[in-house]
Amino acid sequence: MGDAVISQGLLVGIMATGIRLATPFLLAAIGEMFVQRSGVFNLGVEGIMLLGAFMAFFVTLQTGNYYLGILVSLAVGALLGALMGVVSITFKAEQGISGIGLYMIGWGLSGLLFRLYLGFITTIEGLRPLKIPILGDIPYIGAILFQHNWLVYLAYILVPVSWIVLYKTPWGLKVRAVGTTPEAADTLGISVDSIRYQCLILGGMLAGLAGAFLTVGQANMFADNITAGRGFIAVALVYFGRWSPLGILAGSLLFSIASSFQLWVQVLGIKVPYEMAVILPYVITIIALAVSFGRVWAPAALGKPYERGTRG
Amino acid sequence: MLILVAGADPLKAYGVMFSGPVSSEFGITETLVRATPLLLVGLGIVISFRAGILNIGGEGQILMGAVAASAVALYFSHWPAVLLFPVVFLVGCVAGGIWGGIAGWLKARLAVNEILSTVMLNSIALQLYTYLIRGPLIDPQELAYGTGVPQTAMVPQHIWLPRLIPGTRLHVGFILAIILAAIVYIFLWRTTIGYRMRAVGAGPEASRYGGIKVEFYLVLAMALSGALAGLAGTVEVLGVHHRSLESLSAGYGFSGIVAALFGRLHPLGAIPASILMGALILGADMMQRSVRVPAAIVMAIQGLVILFVVSSDLIMRKPELLQRFWCRRGAARSKSTGEGGAKA
Repeated sequence: MGDAVISQGLLVGIMATGIRLATPFLLAAIGEMFVQRSGVFNLGVEGIMLLGAFMAFFVTLQTGNYYLGILVSLAVGALLGALMGVVSITFKAEQGISGIGLYMIGWGLSGLLFRLYLGFITTIEGLRPLKIPILGDIPYIGAILFQHNWLVYLAYILVPVSWIVLYKTPWGLKVRAVGTTPEAADTLGISVDSIRYQCLILGGMLAGLAGAFLTVGQANMFADNITAGRGFIAVALVYFGRWSPLGILAGSLLFSIASSFQLWVQVLGIKVPYEMAVILPYVITIIALAVSFGRVWAPAALGKPYERGTRG
Repeated sequence: MLILVAGADPLKAYGVMFSGPVSSEFGITETLVRATPLLLVGLGIVISFRAGILNIGGEGQILMGAVAASAVALYFSHWPAVLLFPVVFLVGCVAGGIWGGIAGWLKARLAVNEILSTVMLNSIALQLYTYLIRGPLIDPQELAYGTGVPQTAMVPQHIWLPRLIPGTRLHVGFILAIILAAIVYIFLWRTTIGYRMRAVGAGPEASRYGGIKVEFYLVLAMALSGALAGLAGTVEVLGVHHRSLESLSAGYGFSGIVAALFGRLHPLGAIPASILMGALILGADMMQRSVRVPAAIVMAIQGLVILFVVSSDLIMRKPELLQRFWCRRGAARSKSTGEGGAKA
């Protein structure tokens, strides 16, 4: 009897963790979805997340104000998104490699700044959970769904919002047009480059926010490589979710549950080496990529720099 | 500029960074020690990029090569060097090659984006590697003394790579890497397989039309690329550390990409490029010690280098145009003479 109560509590905890762990995936992947819908393949998400994570943490530590920290992470994300734009849109560089460049910049800079200005691991208070009245009091469901900090809610609200933006607004139409038939969009007077820049900056901001969530909203600290490949998984989730917000939501939940696998393992008392449990999300990512049959659903102009006067 | 952010005297920092690697025997040999794995990984990157498939998985392939080589070397340590030496090398290459080949196969058969799959395989390899050197392969002495440092036991001394200059860490692996650069050059430009591989990279559709089995060459290019990275891991074990330890690959998988790009995706160009990168990495290490600027700066600098290199049209576009030209000729020729005529 007592055991049952404890394991129920644990189960609720695992589910709540699963919901929370999906947040950075959702934020970064929805941002990347807009970027890819506009025809750019930004692989630098991981780097932006890392730098966003550090900046949010550092500013919060210095000022004690996490809103300021989050704001700075948004700004850093926008800046790095714009940098990717300069390289991939203006200079028409190979996007896969420039994304890796961006990743290395974010990785190196966050490590550099961390060692220079902190050098040790400190914790901050971070965002407090926000219990939603009435809903938060529902047994089990309340604890699982409605007792998180506001960044978690924001990430989930972003799913329907981004759907509306993408499919029901003129801007969303432009984004999709630029990503599938840039020539036609250009003919209609839409600035392909401008829309792509906008998407990259938006995607950068969301990636920065995803990073900020890791430090300010979850771990309450910064460590080297704190993102641990989440940025890359987010990019993979865009493929898995077939470039749609709902697909991304489903994928994010699948992955966050895979990430909280370790907790499951503990609950069930299975002896699996720690490293093996950590591998699971990556293995699932590869399998998911393999079964989602990539290219068929992809925006037609994805990854192709647009040049006026040439044919796709 | 980055160093100013770091709050150190930039002139002094640059002084150490640039003079350090060239001013002493230690500096020069250590530069070459670091250039060796970079060149090996870089050569693999050249092959994969020329075949039109981007291998970002060098990091994982190095680790798999290193740990497989260590495991075999330890398990069969009583074998004579003549026998053990080639086996260890082969196993290291095969392990890296399989790790790269998986991504190639996923790309060729299931259209899985190879950048994403290699990045995932990096993470998987790192976890596997950590598990192996912490668990099954841990040095029994670490357990006996209770220190528990995650590293394997020393590989038998009779298969250590000989040192080129006594008293330094420079080993024959460097010569091996230089020879391999020449071999890769000959392979890519003077053999049918290499020619077809480049044709696939220049235009997969045209190549398919020209009768080239595109899928096969994609997998082969990735496997070769991975094998070279696996070899880099093996050489690091046999030449430098003599065991698999935690920080075996200090970002060589990524730095190799920079070296390959900097060498204009040419095997021979990769030689000076990786020596330059080796000097940069060593310089940053020395800078960290003398003026306290963290070596993480190198990763940021390399990232910037990548952005600059891919942004400059001359470097990236010219080889592509050249390849397109070759491909057209190849397609035309193989149409008239059949498969066998497609020789560069």
